[in-house]
Amino acid sequence: MAIEIEKPAVGLSKVAVSDTHGEYSPYFAGWKAYDENPYDELWNSSGVIQMGLAENQVSFDLLEQYLEKHSEATNWGNRTSGFRDNALFQDYHGLQSFRKAMASFMEQIRGGRAKFNPDRIVITAGATAANELLTFILADPGDALLIPTPYYPGFDRDLRWRTGVKIVPVHCDSSNNFEITPQALDAAYNEAESHNIKVKGVLITNPSNPLGATIKRSTLEEILEFVTRKNIHLVSDEIYSGSTFSGEEFVSVAEVLEARDYKESDRVHIVYSLSKDLGLPGFRVGTIYSYNDKVVTTARRMSSFTLISSQTQQLLASMLSDRTFTENYIKTNRERLKKRHQMIIDGLKNSGIECLKGNAGLFCWMNLSPLLEEPTKESELTLWKSMLHEVKLNISPGSSCHCSDPGWFRVCFANMSEQTLQVALTRIHNFMDRRKAMKSSPDFSSY
Amino acid sequence: MELLSKIATNDGHGENSSYFDGWKAYDSDPFHPTKNIHGVIQMGLAENQLCFDLIQEWVENNPKASICTPQGSNDFKDISNYQDYHGLPEFRNSVARFMEKVRGNKVKFNPDRIVMSGGATGAHETLAFCLADPGEAFLVPTPYYPGYDRDLRWRTSIQLLPVVCESSNEFKLTREALEDAYEKAQEANIKVKGLILNNPSNPLGTVLDRDTLRDAMSFISEKDIHLICDEIYSATVFNEPDFISIAEIAEEGAVCKNRDLIHIVYSLSKDLGFPGFRVGIIYSYNDAVVNCARKMSSFGLVSTQTQHLIASMLSDDTFVEKFLDESAKRLAERQGLFSRGLAKVGIESLKGNAGLFCWMDLRRLLKEPTFEAEMELWHLIISEVKLNISPGASFHCLEPGWFRVCFANMDDETLRIALKRIHKFVIQEKGLDQPTTRKQCKRSKLELSLSFRRLDEFMMTPRTLSSPHSMTSPLVRART
Repeated sequence: MAIEIEKPAVGLSKVAVSDTHGEYSPYFAGWKAYDENPYDELWNSSGVIQMGLAENQVSFDLLEQYLEKHSEATNWGNRTSGFRDNALFQDYHGLQSFRKAMASFMEQIRGGRAKFNPDRIVITAGATAANELLTFILADPGDALLIPTPYYPGFDRDLRWRTGVKIVPVHCDSSNNFEITPQALDAAYNEAESHNIKVKGVLITNPSNPLGATIKRSTLEEILEFVTRKNIHLVSDEIYSGSTFSGEEFVSVAEVLEARDYKESDRVHIVYSLSKDLGLPGFRVGTIYSYNDKVVTTARRMSSFTLISSQTQQLLASMLSDRTFTENYIKTNRERLKKRHQMIIDGLKNSGIECLKGNAGLFCWMNLSPLLEEPTKESELTLWKSMLHEVKLNISPGSSCHCSDPGWFRVCFANMSEQTLQVALTRIHNFMDRRKAMKSSPDFSSY
Repeated sequence: MELLSKIATNDGHGENSSYFDGWKAYDSDPFHPTKNIHGVIQMGLAENQLCFDLIQEWVENNPKASICTPQGSNDFKDISNYQDYHGLPEFRNSVARFMEKVRGNKVKFNPDRIVMSGGATGAHETLAFCLADPGEAFLVPTPYYPGYDRDLRWRTSIQLLPVVCESSNEFKLTREALEDAYEKAQEANIKVKGLILNNPSNPLGTVLDRDTLRDAMSFISEKDIHLICDEIYSATVFNEPDFISIAEIAEEGAVCKNRDLIHIVYSLSKDLGFPGFRVGIIYSYNDAVVNCARKMSSFGLVSTQTQHLIASMLSDDTFVEKFLDESAKRLAERQGLFSRGLAKVGIESLKGNAGLFCWMDLRRLLKEPTFEAEMELWHLIISEVKLNISPGASFHCLEPGWFRVCFANMDDETLRIALKRIHKFVIQEKGLDQPTTRKQCKRSKLELSLSFRRLDEFMMTPRTLSSPHSMTSPLVRART
């Protein structure tokens, strides 16, 4: 897909006129099609179904129930000075009650297998800000971060745009279920070195977006060994940690560190957010958890540019310190996501479509490579356009996630009702039927 | 320990300035009316706490504005799910209308030009990223808000160059000073990309008059550079003369040739007293800047919970009018009380009509007209008078002896105690020390620039960093 060259606007910076903001990617073009013709069960049943947005809408009722029962707790504690104190609170440490509640919530998600110190939590307005902030701290302009492919398209903007830092991909492919190997890490590192690019760290997403799978403990250990050997940083974006379908299968890097008594933990930093697990993307709740004192101090100072509204901190401090609520939420959310995941996997299977074996996240990683005319990115994009304009589903092409194997697509399933998901599955089924029919017809012309 | 980036290891964060000694002193011994009556009174924090009763009342009467009440919970799902970086339409509309009201409805603001940011802090940084490349510079009149050094320079690597304003003409901004600063930049081979104006001014507490605004406008038009107008204190004007926004000048076709160069920074932290809510606004007349800043706002959006509350509050016209009226009244009273109190012991301050502070003239109390003497006096005031006030040096004031004192972040009683302490101190000082004849400072331009550099070095004396676990770190709250 050609990158359009913008005519430089008079008097703006290079950052402003670059297109590293990433919005020309097909990842976002699908959104446009959706915006112009959005599906609605009643009013627009032939509209585009949005399956390119990783949102969690399956557990809202639990949040609403909590709010109905606890309005005093959330309404500035009902003290006369409650509102005032909250509105004035701009300390970049963040409300202590909020940090404690977040630390506790993160521990519960990990089944108590890791401990988090509230004083190491730095608040940011979303994981978007957290990832950019860490990049500013860990790397200079021109340096690089290694990121396993396929990865979340937003990283291209979040990590590179204003920081001037590069991303060097660590290639993972379908031959081994896209697992990260030491060889791939080494290859990426050497590739960077050969271009005289200084690698400052590795960034992993665990559970992975777009794969929808957790990283094995042994892989985490290999990654830790690699970053230690190269004396670089490790950022673990664990934004989907509460969206694993079973509590036991997720291993956080925090657990691995705890098991080895925090040796070499100075180089490890965790990013978290409530946008996915709690389905609250509008509230802009992100955190950085670093085992490195200097990073915590510096990140905290930088968070001045992107603090969480104290009003929102207050609400979440109440909510997340209510153990009855959080335990029930974590458990129920997992069950519902698992059920939803099963529904889409079964539906796709019935249509003859396989997905990567997933155990987490709000999406599945669908393999449509058998449908490609040729195993190329162009073919993939052609197929994607058909899905968008004919099947009327917005799904995310693997190439927008920098996947080296063409034909894979990320399909979100948690941002809609079950009914809508059923409609989507029916459309896919019909699409596959049509293709089968065309293939067996004498004047077959491929998509 | 692994190497961190240059940005992480330089002191662009600004916290190593000796300015923070005052904060440390306050944090370790904070005044309390009953529990610690001899503690340090915080007068270094420009917060507006005078009208919370009005806000409290409104919040209690409008439970639907909070999506976390039974009345408002129907909106919870849609609001908490909404992450569009355009921001809730009702939020942008209400902020645009509010900004118009604050300007006496003399100008119109288009809600589609309103972009969110993480407070004004985020707004300034975003604009710097949009308008200038690393190494390029913005001009900024002195004295100015110390936070600009971090907000505009730290992660962007742009420079700030001073436009010198002097007490001899009440720190007014002159065309001559602007040209002078620009010329100096040319000589040093530094590309100037814009001018920053803070109107009303922190720390001066004054507003820019129409001629000065027009002058600034014609200056930037001529040089083809951007104009960023920080109007964060626009609703804190409590006396004549009226506030004139750059938006008014932007509508004067004869003066404003290119609206593409005009950008306004706003926030609710000062006018409404909501610094915790992180409501920063960029308003630009330049489409490309709006688009770019909007994309960048992903890094610092306003929580939709807060957008929703603010939208409700600011679209209540009756409330807003009452609030603006009452707030101006109370600020006028408070400032009057304070400046009369100072005058009683012969302390003058710059005649101000806006802001949350006074720009106090303590030159008479300096042992000599130097910044060392200013620091000495300041340390004395912190340790003996137990007031945390802000020394002019931290605002890059080129003349020693000026201090910014905040008066809106405390109740009346505390203010009276602060005045009593000042009275006592001044009387003592008068008794102990006969100040030597004040040297008339008529310095050449070269000396001014040299002293600025010396001041910079002086201000950047490293201080011990506190550990991240220490809750008594100097930066517990806002820096200014």
